Amino acid sequence: MTETATQQLALHQRHQALDARFVPFAGYQMPLRYGSILDEHRAVRTGVGLFDVSHMGEVEFTGAKAGEVLNELITNDLSKLVDGQALYTVMCNPEGGIIDDLIVYRLGDDHFLACVNAANRPKDAAHMQQSVAGRCQVVDRSDQYVQLAIQGPSAVALMERIAGPSVSSIGYYHCRFGQIAGARVLISRTGYTGEDGFELYYPVEAAEPVYDLVWENGRDLDLRMCGLAARDMLRLEARMLLYGNDMDDRTTPLEAGLGWVVKFDKPAFIGREALLAQKESGPLRRLRGFILETPGVLRPHYPVYLGDRQIGETTSGGPSPTLGKSIALGYVESACAKEKRVEIEIRSSRHLCTMTTQPFYKRSGGDS
Amino acid sequence: MKVPEELLYTKDHEWARNRDDGSVMVGITDYAQDALGDITYLELPEVGGQVTRGEACGVIESVKTFSDLYAPVSGTVVEVNEALRQQESLINESPYEEGWMFIVRMSDPSELADLLSAQDYQALVAE
Repeated sequence: MTETATQQLALHQRHQALDARFVPFAGYQMPLRYGSILDEHRAVRTGVGLFDVSHMGEVEFTGAKAGEVLNELITNDLSKLVDGQALYTVMCNPEGGIIDDLIVYRLGDDHFLACVNAANRPKDAAHMQQSVAGRCQVVDRSDQYVQLAIQGPSAVALMERIAGPSVSSIGYYHCRFGQIAGARVLISRTGYTGEDGFELYYPVEAAEPVYDLVWENGRDLDLRMCGLAARDMLRLEARMLLYGNDMDDRTTPLEAGLGWVVKFDKPAFIGREALLAQKESGPLRRLRGFILETPGVLRPHYPVYLGDRQIGETTSGGPSPTLGKSIALGYVESACAKEKRVEIEIRSSRHLCTMTTQPFYKRSGGDS
Repeated sequence: MKVPEELLYTKDHEWARNRDDGSVMVGITDYAQDALGDITYLELPEVGGQVTRGEACGVIESVKTFSDLYAPVSGTVVEVNEALRQQESLINESPYEEGWMFIVRMSDPSELADLLSAQDYQALVAE
C-alpha cells in the first residue's frame, strides 16, 4: 500500500495537532502513538483513554429478513438478541475458516449494524453481498461513520458528562442512541482493551464537534489520546484476538478458542458442517497464551518448542507493562496444549515460557 | 532532534564519544530513540567481549519493534551501563548522557575517521 493510496481520517487534523505519529493501516493513515505508548497504556488501565478507530467498517443490514439472513452468515446466534444488544461473533467460510470477527448490533427488528475489521472490509462486503443474494439490504456505511473508543476506569465518568447520567445503565455489550454535541450517536458498552468503556458511532459530518466535546470534558480526568500501538498492547493483555495475526481464513473459531461464539443448536450457518466435523474429530492446533519467564520480548512468528520439537508458533507478542513480562499468543499442536511450560525461540536462543489459557490481564469486578 | 556537535555518528543511528584515552562511549541517537519509542528491553555486549565495526553487538527492544545495535568501532567492551538493565527508559529520556550503552577500547583508532560528523548525521536524518 503506497502512501498516496492511504486516506486520512476525518479527525486527521486533530491528531496532527497532538503530534501523532501515523502509520498506514488498512488504507488509512492511522495514529500509531502520540507520545509514549507506555503512558497511553497506563492511562487506559488507570484513568481513561480515547482512540479514533474510524478505520473500522460498519455494514448495515435492513429489511424484514435482515436478522434471519445475517444469522446465516455468523456462527453466534443473533436470534436471542433484543433491540439495543450487541453480539461478538465470527463469520466463517464453508471450510470453517474465519473470514472476520465482528460485533453485530441489533438496532431494531429489521435493522442490524455489523462492525467489521478495516482490513477486511472489501472481502467482507463481497462475501456478505454474495451470501445475502438480495434477500435484505446490505450497505457498507463505513465512510459515513466516525468511531471513537473511550476506555478505562474513568470512561463512565467522562461519558456521563457528555451524554447524561443514564449512560452508566447501558449494560456490557448493549447500546443505545444518544445526543452528543447535537449529533445522533450510537453509544455502545464495548471495547478492545480489557477495561470498562464505550465505543461511539456517529455521522462523519459531526466528527469534530463530538470529538471536541469528549476531549474538553476529559481534561480534568487526564484523558489521553491513544494510538494503535497502545490498543494492540491492551488487547493482547486482555487476550483479545487480532484478525490477521491470531486468526485468518485458515483458522477456525474452535482452534482460536472461540468455540463459545459457535452455536451448533441455531439454524444453519455458513461453515457449520466443517466446524461440526472439526468439533467431533478435535482441532489439530489450539490457541494458547505465553508468558516469558526470562528477560526479553516475544514477537509474532517465534517458534514454540516442547523439548527439542517445534510444536507451534506465536502470532502476536510484545511487552506487557501490567505483568512486567513479555506475553504472546500463538498456536500449538493440540496434543501439547495441556503443557504448562514450553520454550520459545528468540533470535536462536530458547527461553522458558508459561503456557496459559487465561487472559494475561483481567480487570477487577468487570464482566469482560 | 538533538545532535550534539562533539559526538561522532553512524548511519545506523549510534553515537560515539571519543574519550581520548583509546576508548569510546556508545549509545543511540535522539532520532533513534524517538523512532523506536519506549524502550523496554536491551541486550548489550558483554564486558570483555569483542565487537566489530558495523556488526550487530546487541538488540534494542521497544514496545512495537526491535532493532539491532551496531558497533561504531571495533575493539573490546570494557564497560556497559548497568543502570539500563533496571531502567531502559533512560535511553528515551537521556540518549546522549544517562542512556549511554557501552564503552569499547578501540583496536584500530583510525576507524574513528570513518564515522559521521554531527553535521553529516544531521543531513542524513533530515532526508
